[in-house]
Amino acid sequence: MKLFTYSPGGTEIEEEKWTKDKPFVKLPPPSIAVIPLSQHTGAPNVPAVKIGDHVKIGMVIGSTSAPVSAPVHASVSGDVIAIEDRLCPAGNKIQSIIIKNDFKEEEAEFEHVDSIENFTPEELIKKIRDAGIVGLGGAAFPTSIKLSPPKNKVIETVIGNGAECEAYLTTDYRVMIEFPDEIINGILIELKILNAKRGIIAVEDNKTDAADLLAKKIAERNLEDKIEVVLLKTKYPQGGEKQLIKAVLGREVPSGGLPLDVGTVVQNVGTLKAISEAIFYGKPLIERGITISGTAIKNPGNYIVRIGTQVSEIIDKVGGLNKKLRKLVFGGPMTGVAQSSLEVPVLKGTSGILFFGEESLEMAPEEESPCIRCASCVDSCPIGLLPIFLDHAYRRNDMKLAESLYAVDCIECGACSFVCPAKRHLTENIKKAKQSILKQRKIEAAKQAAFEKLKQKRLQEAKEKEAKK
Amino acid sequence: MTEDMVDLVVTSAPHVRKKIKTSQIMRDVLIALVPATVGGLYFFGIGHTLGVIIVAVLSTILAEYLGNLIFRKKSTLWDFSSGVTGLLLALVLPPSSPYWMVVVGAFSAIFIGKIIFGGIGSNPFNPALVGRAVLMVSWPTFMTTWLKPFYWKIGSQSLDAITSATPLNIVKLQSYSALIQQFGSKIALYKVLFIGNVGGCIGETSALLLLIGGIYLLVKKVIDWRIPFTYIISVFVFSFIFGRDPLFSILAGGLFLGAFFMATDYSSSPVTPRGKIIFGIFIGFVTVIIRRFSSYPEGIMFSILLGNAFVTYFDRFKPHIYGVFAKNGGKT
Repeated sequence: MKLFTYSPGGTEIEEEKWTKDKPFVKLPPPSIAVIPLSQHTGAPNVPAVKIGDHVKIGMVIGSTSAPVSAPVHASVSGDVIAIEDRLCPAGNKIQSIIIKNDFKEEEAEFEHVDSIENFTPEELIKKIRDAGIVGLGGAAFPTSIKLSPPKNKVIETVIGNGAECEAYLTTDYRVMIEFPDEIINGILIELKILNAKRGIIAVEDNKTDAADLLAKKIAERNLEDKIEVVLLKTKYPQGGEKQLIKAVLGREVPSGGLPLDVGTVVQNVGTLKAISEAIFYGKPLIERGITISGTAIKNPGNYIVRIGTQVSEIIDKVGGLNKKLRKLVFGGPMTGVAQSSLEVPVLKGTSGILFFGEESLEMAPEEESPCIRCASCVDSCPIGLLPIFLDHAYRRNDMKLAESLYAVDCIECGACSFVCPAKRHLTENIKKAKQSILKQRKIEAAKQAAFEKLKQKRLQEAKEKEAKK
Repeated sequence: MTEDMVDLVVTSAPHVRKKIKTSQIMRDVLIALVPATVGGLYFFGIGHTLGVIIVAVLSTILAEYLGNLIFRKKSTLWDFSSGVTGLLLALVLPPSSPYWMVVVGAFSAIFIGKIIFGGIGSNPFNPALVGRAVLMVSWPTFMTTWLKPFYWKIGSQSLDAITSATPLNIVKLQSYSALIQQFGSKIALYKVLFIGNVGGCIGETSALLLLIGGIYLLVKKVIDWRIPFTYIISVFVFSFIFGRDPLFSILAGGLFLGAFFMATDYSSSPVTPRGKIIFGIFIGFVTVIIRRFSSYPEGIMFSILLGNAFVTYFDRFKPHIYGVFAKNGGKT
């Protein structure tokens, strides 16, 4: 079978996929669910419940009419005991609904359907939106928006992303092994919504069993003319949206553009499963598969966890720690976010939680040594940027230079920092430069707008004066 | 769960790094230089030659140490880069170099070549070659006295008996045909140059042993193929264009040492893939020009130093940036 990949750039990482063969286990529901109102990229929700309200599993507890958003649902049944700002995995505080679980597990009514034949694309999109589906790969972009491209864009291909190129994480792999039919259903739903012809499920070649299983299921259902499975070379960051599109379609998403600009939509396999469940069972996104791994946790594995479960409860429920916890990471080790507290909840976009002991300080040393210009970072960048010079620009606070070196095109994959023999904090500095540039651009845009407004006003005044004369 | 089980540190991603350190890279370079070094000792005798190598390495390490002290820098001794510079310097010196001259070369390499620019990673020129250049212009006689291989087996101790001109020297002073005559045939000449049984600097004579080290570095991914490959090819092609025997030109002199170990010096070579290719072609061209038209028979040292001076410009040849220049619906 042909192996697809992108080039140049990328790096080999140590996979450490210890939990590959651990089937999903349902984690008991938490006693307290902390459900942030904004778990997606886009406009935040407003509370749809009050303190003291009784909620059932699957009830909408936060929503907004803003288009780029996804409602949030109660993941446990019980009473709303507080609505307050809580620390979230990204490090910011977000208004959250706190529900005390009554362990009665009362469910709201979910609408089952047997076939999508009689639904229009708009109805399907509405169902997906109502179910609160967002991208489960980590970016948490509202899926309903992704599936509503502008009318002038033709979508030819839907790509199911089963690359899972991050180390430790095995969530997508388990979804592919345990829920292949749901993934295929998800692709079929998207093909119908987007009126696209071709579905592709892309899997890295360290997971050939998953690829074979999906191919077998596709053959059994006689869908070979619609959906194909392709194998990707195992290379980090093969699962990055841009890299995946280049690998599979040989196209590049224009800088600042979206996959739909090159006629495709990429969806994580976990999201495809969630879409399928939302459409066929009416099930909102109240739980998700998560890889719990790392050296400091007793029982690494794959768990189905309710959204809003806090890490402290997860640790207890999976059997505790086996050594002092020094680093807690939400997501994979390459791009994940280190946490400062155990009181952070699992969100829709949480694909894994990693627990590390003292050795994590060795794994990613803080201390830098001088750059030796070895160019490993240049060779590793999947975008073709020059991390070494971007880092120099940031350290000199020369944002003009950083901008001219395309800092904003950085996908923050971490490959440059990973390969650096001098342990320089390249990704971190480029990220900061990027943020600074984007902030500056916003300020400039606001200034420009204010100027235009003033100009219009002055012109108006001049005209009025003229008229009076 | 108890409180003392948790003491969280927050750092920026990535939370895992490749297990590679600067010192490991330098160690690999030292390992790669072992064949050529042993070859040098074999051809030019253990006595004085070994002395030159030891003096060079110890002097560069001492110079680095003093440099760190004077400029109040954190110790950079344990990244082994100064040791690499010392060994490289020794390998590009004649085996008969006096020790005091080696010390001057070593201090020049580290101080003028490296420390004053800010130490490791900041030197625009290859430090070992800076050291050699200083010696070359200061004591040209010492720098162009070449011991014959196995000179101690020659009965006579007179300087004329145990020294000889290098092949490139003979070509410069006499002619290529005279050189071939001396070795009997072209094939015999190639063979001698490939094995290294010929007069020259301590570590530059054997293309074979340098190739072994170079391949080691390529396999270990310490160096990129682009610079050595394009450099050697460039010398081959331009030699042909300028009417010289191309195969002789790449085997003679220090080209393999320069291509695999000098031009690939991280600090003083380009970082972009395309920049590396242009750099290799450029220094190859300059090497041939020097050999053909100047009074220097060799040309490796000055061509690389000249190439070093233009690295900033070579680095302007940037890689293709994803999506930035995408046209036609992003098809590439």
